[in-house]
Amino acid sequence: MHQSPSNAMRHVYGWLLLTPAAILLIAFTHFPTLATIYESSFSKGNLIRPSRFIGITNYESMLEDPIFWKVLINNFWFAVGTIPASVALAIAMALLVNRALPGRPFLRLAYFTPTILPMIAVANIWLFFYSPDIGLIDQILGWFGFPGHNWLGDPATVLPAIIVMTIWKEAGFFMIFYLAALQNLPPELEEAAKLEGASRWYYFRRVIFPLLMPTTLFVLINAVLNSFKLVDHLFVLTKGGPNNASNLLLYYIYENAFSYFDTNYAATLTVVLLAILAVVALAQFFLFDRRIHYR
Amino acid sequence: MFAKMRKTLTRLAVRKPNRRNQEMFAKTRKTLTRLAMAACFSTVAVVAQASTELTMYYPVAVGGPLTKIVDGLVADFMKENPDIKANAIYAGNYNDARIKALAALKAGEPAQLSVMFSIDIYELIEQDAIVAFDDIVSTSEEKAWLESFYPTLMQNGRTAGKTWGIPFQRSTIVMYYNKDAFRAAGLDPENPPATWNELVEVGKKLTKADGSQWGAMIPSTGYPYWMFGALTMQNDQVLMNNAGDTTYFDAPATVEALEFWKNLGSKHKVMPEGTIEWGTLRKNFLEGKTAIMWHSTGNLTVVKKKAKFDFGVAMLPASKRRGTPTGGGNFYIFKKTTPEERVAAMKLIKFMTSPERSAEWSMKTGYMGVSPAAYETQKLQDYVKGFPYAAVARDQLEFATAELSTFQTGRVRKLLDDAIQAALTGSKTPAAALQEAQAQAKRLLKPYR
Repeated sequence: MHQSPSNAMRHVYGWLLLTPAAILLIAFTHFPTLATIYESSFSKGNLIRPSRFIGITNYESMLEDPIFWKVLINNFWFAVGTIPASVALAIAMALLVNRALPGRPFLRLAYFTPTILPMIAVANIWLFFYSPDIGLIDQILGWFGFPGHNWLGDPATVLPAIIVMTIWKEAGFFMIFYLAALQNLPPELEEAAKLEGASRWYYFRRVIFPLLMPTTLFVLINAVLNSFKLVDHLFVLTKGGPNNASNLLLYYIYENAFSYFDTNYAATLTVVLLAILAVVALAQFFLFDRRIHYR
Repeated sequence: MFAKMRKTLTRLAVRKPNRRNQEMFAKTRKTLTRLAMAACFSTVAVVAQASTELTMYYPVAVGGPLTKIVDGLVADFMKENPDIKANAIYAGNYNDARIKALAALKAGEPAQLSVMFSIDIYELIEQDAIVAFDDIVSTSEEKAWLESFYPTLMQNGRTAGKTWGIPFQRSTIVMYYNKDAFRAAGLDPENPPATWNELVEVGKKLTKADGSQWGAMIPSTGYPYWMFGALTMQNDQVLMNNAGDTTYFDAPATVEALEFWKNLGSKHKVMPEGTIEWGTLRKNFLEGKTAIMWHSTGNLTVVKKKAKFDFGVAMLPASKRRGTPTGGGNFYIFKKTTPEERVAAMKLIKFMTSPERSAEWSMKTGYMGVSPAAYETQKLQDYVKGFPYAAVARDQLEFATAELSTFQTGRVRKLLDDAIQAALTGSKTPAAALQEAQAQAKRLLKPYR
């Protein structure tokens, strides 16, 4: 097929326009991903035994590593604990501040404040909320005659404690997206529903919620990513303890890379993290996309 | 909203450069040229003065304006040695400092020396990053200088018959206690518990039934292995050998020490059960929630400033003997250095650890003076006279041992940390937890024997 020169030029032009973004993506996303996979097939090197190619041995030892399974299970519960709760809370808060209320800007700001704060600052605040006896939570419980509890020092409560803090931090952020979506809904819909005599719950369930689905997909993907990405608070609150009860996958990767200097095993774990995130994101796109009604 | 933004952007993009903009460009260019010229001149001036340039990373592990103190010391050094330019770069906590220094080395950026965790020694040797001081010192005076520090502080800096680290910001664990609480419980405030049994007895008297005041708290997050090193040493047992290739986690005395720690909470009820947070412990003590805390001497100056009650500082109590691990940071010199840089680095280290500077450092922070000579300086003697608790850490050195440090130190340390926390939270018995940790540590260290 013969292409006219102007047509060819258009292709060149198009590729040239794509080049800057493509270079950045390749340099900072695709190349590191491939390098990570390559690294994960080598052993940790030291003076005595230099690094050498060992194939999938790192993956085999990972499967035998009890801490790997522990952090994976922790991460699962962390995701299950944070995602539905923070999304539900975000919708509820958005519906609330979308109505005409006195002092509405302040309420919106109050809900959004946790999002503005850096995670490290949040963790430092909550460290004192949770600290036994002197902490805010134990002091309030004390007024009602309950004994204090060592929230972060007890393996049974440390993960729930961190989940609650994360929900508090995340919900405000998601609320903003829902608020924007709610304000784009045409008011005729509500009038029509009222004329038809639909209850508020019915109107929410059949009209608002389906129309919010594109936002929900976006928020859900973000929430899932965050449940694997957010570990800043562990540095301050627990360092993954006690006995790995609050350790998460990304924090374990950090420990391996920078505390144990085992960058190869850290690369192995990173590949697993990447695989999980890719599968979850793809599943969300394929499953939800069909059910979502884009206007 | 988006449509509006796009419009604005397009408008901005198509706007042609007007005359005012061009004038501004010209002006900026002129200024830049002038700046560049000035920079050239000042570089020439510096080069004429400084023949050697040093870059040093250092960590800060406890609160307080420590960076200012270090910067001040380095500035004093440059005043005395105008031919050396030293850049001291604050690099976060011990972990961050090690990561940054090693990353800089790998990237080919110059760093000639650093203050890093004293227990990083095996990792640094394994990475072939540092050089032994024995290979640098030449004169007999310098060899004598190597012997001028407290021998206990040198333990973490020596292995394989060589000295790799020079002590700088060093600490031990001491017992802080609330004298007012002692008086209220009918105890002698000048007679803090000196044995484990006394700690339990005193603790029971100090613990209030309503939970408003505990007898004692030993932190078990952050650095559990460090506190445990004190308990095992008091039970006359070390945690590892000097070669850093063998651990003694399942020795009977080690297990007994962990059982005692756990029993303080679960049996004697003088300490909260579960783990106790390192970061908030000082606040617990300052608010009177615990009458006794074990903590680093690095907290001394802060506690002194903030305590609203009469407090005391004592050596840790004994089981079979007294004991504590040392802690803190050492100076290391990197391998990739020229002979001139090594000489300059030695000068800087000698300056920072000299008796006068070490005394000044100790008074401002609570860290220890690193040599007996530091405590013989007039200013530190005067300070100790007015505030005798400043010398507790030094007096305790006699009973001190090295901090847990082995090959694969991060992993081995974590194994012990996890075992301690598993025992304290009741998910495993002390014996089972420690046996498991020992078995895994043995596997990790096998290639190094």
